Amino acid sequence: MLRRMGGETDTSGAMLPIGNAPFPAPFRSELEYSCSARGTWNIVHTGFLVPQAHEIFACAAGCLRGVVLTAAEMNALDRFSTIEIRENNVLEGDMEDLLIEGVTDILHKLPYKPRAVLLYTSCIHHFIGCDLPLCYSRLRERFPDIDFTDCYMNPIMRKSGLTPDQLMRRGLYALLKKRPLDPQRISIIGNNLPTDKNCELFAIAEQAGFSITEIHDCHDYEKYQEMAASSVNICYQPVGKAGGEALEARLGQKLLYLPLSYDYDEISRVLGTFAATLGVTPPDWSKEIAACEDALRHAKTVIGSAPVVIDYTATMRPLSLAKLLLTHGFNVTALYADSFSGEEKDDFAWLQAHYPALPVYATVQVKMRVLPRKTSEKTLAIGQKAAYFTGSPYFVNMVECGGYYGFSGIRKLLSLMEEAFLEEKDTRKLIQIKGLGCGCV
Amino acid sequence: MTQTARIISTYTADVSGVNSALFELGGMTVMHDASGCNSTYNTHDEPRWYDHDSLVFLSGISEMEAIMGDDDKLIRDIVSAAQQLHPRFIAIAGTPIPMMIGTDFRAIAAVVERKTGIPSFGFATNGMHTYVQGASMALAGIAERFVTEELPKTDDISVNLLGVTPLDFSVNGSAEHLRTALEQRGISVVSNWAMGDDLETLQKAPSAHVNLVVSYAGMGAAKVLRKRFGIPYVTARPYGDWTDTIVESIRLAAKNGDSMEPMTGRINPSAVVIGEGVSSVSLANAVTYETGIQVRAVAATEIERSKLGVSDCMARDEDELMPLLQGAEFIIADPLYEPICPKTAKFIRLPHEGFSGRIFRSEIPDMTEDISYITQAIAGRS
Repeated sequence: MLRRMGGETDTSGAMLPIGNAPFPAPFRSELEYSCSARGTWNIVHTGFLVPQAHEIFACAAGCLRGVVLTAAEMNALDRFSTIEIRENNVLEGDMEDLLIEGVTDILHKLPYKPRAVLLYTSCIHHFIGCDLPLCYSRLRERFPDIDFTDCYMNPIMRKSGLTPDQLMRRGLYALLKKRPLDPQRISIIGNNLPTDKNCELFAIAEQAGFSITEIHDCHDYEKYQEMAASSVNICYQPVGKAGGEALEARLGQKLLYLPLSYDYDEISRVLGTFAATLGVTPPDWSKEIAACEDALRHAKTVIGSAPVVIDYTATMRPLSLAKLLLTHGFNVTALYADSFSGEEKDDFAWLQAHYPALPVYATVQVKMRVLPRKTSEKTLAIGQKAAYFTGSPYFVNMVECGGYYGFSGIRKLLSLMEEAFLEEKDTRKLIQIKGLGCGCV
Repeated sequence: MTQTARIISTYTADVSGVNSALFELGGMTVMHDASGCNSTYNTHDEPRWYDHDSLVFLSGISEMEAIMGDDDKLIRDIVSAAQQLHPRFIAIAGTPIPMMIGTDFRAIAAVVERKTGIPSFGFATNGMHTYVQGASMALAGIAERFVTEELPKTDDISVNLLGVTPLDFSVNGSAEHLRTALEQRGISVVSNWAMGDDLETLQKAPSAHVNLVVSYAGMGAAKVLRKRFGIPYVTARPYGDWTDTIVESIRLAAKNGDSMEPMTGRINPSAVVIGEGVSSVSLANAVTYETGIQVRAVAATEIERSKLGVSDCMARDEDELMPLLQGAEFIIADPLYEPICPKTAKFIRLPHEGFSGRIFRSEIPDMTEDISYITQAIAGRS
């Protein structure tokens, strides 16, 4: 008979006041729980951003299951194929043959010719010492008119160098072929979601006579290849930075890392860097800041002293956001995060100093499975995990900052907070949809 | 064989099968995996995840732990979680990398049990088999460990339902209707392994006369209970009127003590059903029984050949499946099989959680008492 095992109220191990929390990993690494919030993107969603590309995953059935159904839920199985590794392959060590012949078989059976293949290998290839360069070399010989790139589903490596997510975001641009750089052309790279065109980056670029492209603007492979002509790549996510560094080394595109922030000074500084790179005088941001202050005041009148909780999936800078809200009178009552980005160090220190009792909850710690998932008063959650753990129907359904950046990003987020606070959402239904914004149903 | 799938899905893996089978029994299951199995299981393989707090976790094994063979961290983490959550039992299941490094799950379970005093199991799954195999291992483990006491038989003929998971029965009432379909025919149900009954109820299994293996996930437990208590088993899933034949087999098995697989004559099939072995054979029998149209069952998950009819077969890959579908008048299968089916065949959608997960859940019919969903679709063929 099913019943809630819970009733557990002792939060020790799953919650720490931020004043007592170590940085950047507040909690011990133990068994992991995975809650039902599924809005963050995975490597299948991200790979599909390359237009006219076909994804092929080679791994064990258990690992294929999640990625196949991700593609199926995107209604994209016609761009997705698999090669299943079985026990005999591990025992016989015929991993190279399986990969080469498997990809060949799939490409011969496809009813269309993809411009590119994203070939995802797995932990097994890594551990068995599969000769991947040989495999790619053979495939390029066999299919000279198809571009191949190496992608990885090897989560066992997530604590060794670049994570699969970083590798995937780097892989997104690995197919770009060197071409002459266009001094007036800029790309924004590393994002799953497109950047809101209202943000100041676009205004500054327009003023300086530059054009900005993102992979989301590229509806065919040729357009995608034109990104190789950008003289500057902007990146504002830590997980995208490795891709930018690779492009800088390979194609000579200057990487401009302009981290997302909710701090006026930091935003002014990074936008100033951008303007200077483009050779224009940074605008006076006082009007933008005043508009943010107005928006904050307005949001505060709507939300009042209701509890506000924030999770790390909503934005890459949850601590910066918490600081902004707390300094403007919002009642931020909890953060949900298992670790923090190095960019958050100053915000973390500020919160420790000014709000040491602010609770930080883990999201994967085993007790989170049984701790009560409800709150006694109307709570505004920013992010799906925050909504799940508080049981709140009032939540901002957003991942990866939603593409909202800069001063305009702050204003947009505040309007989303107001809207979320006033209109109930079907939390159960919405948060279980995979890859928010990728077209999954 | 290229082991490729140009377009079709893949079945839930053995490790998720362990989780699914044990979900309602009050234990704690740990998947020894780096990442990925957790979200795959709770997103695509487990419809009960959002509403019910079963304890299923991931070890998060890292490259260095795998290279160094660091089982101590796994054991330490399991013990820590068990001390916080007090499960009835602990199950540890494997994935590809633990298989490659030769992880001894039984030994780890023994150490965990010694440290916690909680009954613990190790299941050497590796993510390379289907859920049927993992669930079968898990239910066999429960039978071995918790069903120990010989009990007097019930007065009426009774059964245990073995191999009931949402992966084959979804959450549409099918699991509950197994019970009513049998009770209407004078067969009582002692226990359901394992949807709807708790561990204490499963421990009453020896009081049943017969085990009804309703999916191949129940076969491991059936064999344990046969060996330990001499309970015969009937391998069949109730579907519509064909349940009458199953009940005859149950009565015969109770009387003779012989295990059996009821079967209709399907020597020259003109149609195909693809899916889990026992379900497919049973549905093929049921459709043939009710319509006279002979149907071939294609078992896409593990099953003993002896449980299949003469025209039935096992096939898993696209390359194996596609020739079997040529010339079929109609094909009953999960919608994600449709792209590889010949256009000349009428395709009857039968969504299966174990193949397409949650995508078509709302379409999954409960055909326990009535297969008109299929017979009407057949009758509508032009």
